Amino acid sequence: MNKYLACLLAACVTLTIHTSARAELVIDIVKTGVDSLPVAIVPFSWNVDDPEPITGISDVISADLYRSGLFEPLDKKDMIERPADPADIRFGTWRLLKVDAVAMGQISAAPGGGYMARYWLFDVNTGAQLLGQELLIGAGELRLGAHRIADQIYAALIGTPGAFATRIAFVVSTGVGQDSRYELVVADSDGFGQQSIVTDGQPLLSPAWSPDGSELAFVSFARGNSTVIIQNVFTGANRVVAEFKGINGAPSFSPDGSRLALTLSRSGSPEINILDLQTNRFTALTQHWAIDTEAVWNQDGSEILFTSDRGGKPQVYSISPRGGEPRRVTWEGDYNARPTLSPDGKLLATTHGNENIYRIAVFDRENQRLRVLSDGRLDESPSFAPNGSMVLYASKENGKGVLYAVSVDGKVRQRLVTSEGDVREPAWSPLVQ
Amino acid sequence: MKFPVRLLLAASLILLLAACKKDTKPDVVEPPVERQPPPAQVESNALDPRDFTDPRNLDNPDSLLSKRVIYFEFDRSVILPEFRDTIAAHSAYARANSTARMVLEGHADERGSREYNLGLGERRGNSVESAMQAGGAGRNQLEVISYGEERPVCTQSTEGCWQRNRRVEIVYTAR
Repeated sequence: MNKYLACLLAACVTLTIHTSARAELVIDIVKTGVDSLPVAIVPFSWNVDDPEPITGISDVISADLYRSGLFEPLDKKDMIERPADPADIRFGTWRLLKVDAVAMGQISAAPGGGYMARYWLFDVNTGAQLLGQELLIGAGELRLGAHRIADQIYAALIGTPGAFATRIAFVVSTGVGQDSRYELVVADSDGFGQQSIVTDGQPLLSPAWSPDGSELAFVSFARGNSTVIIQNVFTGANRVVAEFKGINGAPSFSPDGSRLALTLSRSGSPEINILDLQTNRFTALTQHWAIDTEAVWNQDGSEILFTSDRGGKPQVYSISPRGGEPRRVTWEGDYNARPTLSPDGKLLATTHGNENIYRIAVFDRENQRLRVLSDGRLDESPSFAPNGSMVLYASKENGKGVLYAVSVDGKVRQRLVTSEGDVREPAWSPLVQ
Repeated sequence: MKFPVRLLLAASLILLLAACKKDTKPDVVEPPVERQPPPAQVESNALDPRDFTDPRNLDNPDSLLSKRVIYFEFDRSVILPEFRDTIAAHSAYARANSTARMVLEGHADERGSREYNLGLGERRGNSVESAMQAGGAGRNQLEVISYGEERPVCTQSTEGCWQRNRRVEIVYTAR
């Protein structure tokens, strides 16, 4: 048996154990302060020989829409009619049930294996057909297929792309001292399908997605000091890209994936560097005695934002990837660190606070207006959903690290909980087709 | 407090047993040959906790060399006056023992962002490193590694806990 196969088998075994040992992420809606759109996702008819999964496609879609905070899906048991074909729909019934939109569909076996989903979405009040589509779903990918359909429904009703068929990465730690264990976990955006990508007795931090969603860059202490590693999410193949004396940290892929911004302190203090991933050449972008770290690119790669305490306390600065003098961006608050930009570049989220309270703040880059989105004491690591609708962040509750997702207007906040360990360092993947 | 008391008890018990042993076997014939205990041994038995060149003091709770943790204020890396003697002791040891090697592990408390805290941990490590070099430790004897907030010794979100986590640990990799 070759090494690769053995490795793959080992990975599968680990994966199975982890999946069964830990409960899936449980998501509570903590607060809803907005009107949500009443919709009905009728159970899809299952025209396949294999038994239907216990959690059906429509259940996954309903849960996605509900979790976004923008929808109020009708309970299945209140559906007195269950049409699976547009010919069978009676709008009067759905008007009576006070839903604004109704979706239905059929699942059949695809000729080449896998499934064919056919689905429709109607505006109940006008009777207009909003969607009528077919989707080929791979064998074993029913949940992913459901997330894709939820994305289509979201886009048809809200007008912006959905982000349900995406993934989130985060770090889970358990134990203290010698018993510490750190895991880098990747899961679907709803917390299902958790896979442990890396498990180690040494700290792991700062996961960052490549723009095509196939790789994660992260910081590992497996070799004693910090190193930056890039790992393929699907194959597990990885490589150490930075292993210098001092800090090797805070990786961030450029939007075209050709370069990696990262922090190196080999010159004596932490500086932003750019690694060309084709030539493996490093270029130092900053040169200052202060701590310069947590670089992040804007959407077209023309700007890098980073944290620096060159002004005395940590604040966000901006610099061109070609170099030049950094310009200070954040002025409000004692402490603004770990910047991250919305996909359209208009909003800047930071870990914002003072000596004792840290919260997630969003700055409107045009008018400098600031909005505090979270209400914890130790909130950190904001990460935008790839459609910009929400911010994922880490918080601490009862001494335990938990993840929250909050809508960018701050009105809807949801907690994502795992059954054990400290959960932190969330990173929401890009939209992947 | 409990530990030293127990240690004392144990020590006195051993002494007592040794004394008893001597009493019960008084007629051991001493060999007539001259034995010359090396005088150096006698000297080193009287361990001076302030002798910072002696490796045994690294394990001597009465010696500053057994103290290996330097604590810091929030978001600061300035060495507080109460830790200067500890650092001086380890510098003196490094100067006297050229093969000694130390890793200075820098740590931060949980507040603020993790990567910034990696920087802060390193800054604290560097500050201890400079002080030790000023005290005579060689460049090649010291290595700074920052763990930021990733390796807390205490996990509660209280000032008491945070204080214990803002630290540099002097870890001897060779004595």
